[in-house]
Amino acid sequence: MENAPLTESVFRLRLAGDTSAITAPGQFVNILLDGFFLRRPFSVCDWEAGELTVLYKILGRGTKAMTALSPGTKLDLLTGLGNGFDMAPAGDRPLLAGGGVGIPPLYGLAKRLCAAGRRPVAALGFNTAADAILLEEFRALGAETVIATLDGSLGLRGLVTDAMAAAGETTYLYTCGPEGMLRAVYDASRTPGQFSFEERMGCGFGACMGCTCETKYGPKRICRDGPVLRKEEIVW
Amino acid sequence: MVNTAVDLCGIRLDNPVIPASGTFGYGREFAELYDIDCLGTFSFKGTTLSPRFGNPTPRIAEYGGGLLNAVGLQNPGVDAVIREELPALAEVFHKPVMANVSGFSKEEYVEVCRRLDACPQVGWLEVNISCPNVHGGGASFGTSPSAAGEITAAVKAAVKKPVIVKLTPNVGDIAAIARACEDAGADAVSLINTLLGMRIDLKKRAPLLKNTTGGMSGPGIFPLALRMVYQVYEAVSIPVIGVGGVSSAEDVLEMMLAGATSVEIGAANLRDPYACRDIVAALPAAMERYGIETLRDIIGGAHG
Repeated sequence: MENAPLTESVFRLRLAGDTSAITAPGQFVNILLDGFFLRRPFSVCDWEAGELTVLYKILGRGTKAMTALSPGTKLDLLTGLGNGFDMAPAGDRPLLAGGGVGIPPLYGLAKRLCAAGRRPVAALGFNTAADAILLEEFRALGAETVIATLDGSLGLRGLVTDAMAAAGETTYLYTCGPEGMLRAVYDASRTPGQFSFEERMGCGFGACMGCTCETKYGPKRICRDGPVLRKEEIVW
Repeated sequence: MVNTAVDLCGIRLDNPVIPASGTFGYGREFAELYDIDCLGTFSFKGTTLSPRFGNPTPRIAEYGGGLLNAVGLQNPGVDAVIREELPALAEVFHKPVMANVSGFSKEEYVEVCRRLDACPQVGWLEVNISCPNVHGGGASFGTSPSAAGEITAAVKAAVKKPVIVKLTPNVGDIAAIARACEDAGADAVSLINTLLGMRIDLKKRAPLLKNTTGGMSGPGIFPLALRMVYQVYEAVSIPVIGVGGVSSAEDVLEMMLAGATSVEIGAANLRDPYACRDIVAALPAAMERYGIETLRDIIGGAHG
């Protein structure tokens, strides 16, 4: 339906199709692309009946090829993959800490938290103002946002953790972003929470054991038992 | 009506399609997606005596013809497989399953095979002497005819069920290894396991896989697998299971004409979880297109 750039390297892909397998924010889809053997996994930014939005960043040949997809193209997707975020422990004012393309699944979460009457506050980090994504969308939900950029061109000068510190008291933590950021968020967090991880995947549905990580409760497949892990089970 | 049934070591398969070990887990992820009773059987995840985490990630890379993996035999260990996986499988799969076994010593192979041999659900033991992703085990037994024969004979002496030995292509003369397994009493051989390869991350100027090397699979290795099946078929008189890059019903027919009694399908399951179901469904029409009424009649048909 739509494949448009939001920044220099991040695109928004809106697709029409069956979304009934998606049950929680933070799940992902696995997209088959012409000319590539393995599918490409992307977290779901938002979905409703018959419509799906993912944001992707150009990182390699696969995502580069995706920028050429035009409306009307038919794509083969596996949807509803992974566990997603559990909203039950959110409390009244959960903190959503995201960096770069880790932010899209937090938007889908924020939308549903707001709909459930919670007051999420989003601590969002970018390299620079030109990289900022989804700010208007978060604000349109009525969610509070605290922005940090590395160069100070938007919001606070600093990291996601600086935005977290400025967010005040929160009841729970949801976070997604690069592993280095997740680790800093882990160290800075003062509440329990859920962390969404990224890993190179083979199948995306738990068959190949390609994306296994160690946890305090034994090995887990990021694609099937994750991508969301609880703070207390993470082994860095 | 065409007949897709084949006989594998005295057990009838409704069709020759067998998801390959390491691409199908212990069946449960796929059973959520389709009725896996449509398969001939499947070969479950390579199982060792003790639980194994496997190799560090990244374990997966891609190439033009498929993927590379360096999973390194992650599995919960034979006791957990017997206690948890097989009972769960019994709920969703009602045919004999192929038990894939790996090890780091002759004694380990024998012990794991002995325990799985005692499970009524297990139809065959597929002894993997060809994993390229672990050190000190697996492939080190599969690259020498005498070691391959020794493992085969030891397992055969300990079990009642048919023993299939899975061979590595990373050798000079795969037919010699197959003959050694046959001489040691193997009931069948399956080939090929993955080909040793690697990729390099251009940005990091370092191997992409944390294990440095990994096993190549996918359509890119199909011609090589087909050639080896063709050669081994001429070298042995036991059944040969053709494995390597099979992605369509036509590929199944090619493998069988080269000499395969049945066909394992691996990487295709990871690209498309419905691949084996769809290949089973496409097989009768493909047979009709090529004038095949009884599938088992074409085994080895390409040999003069």
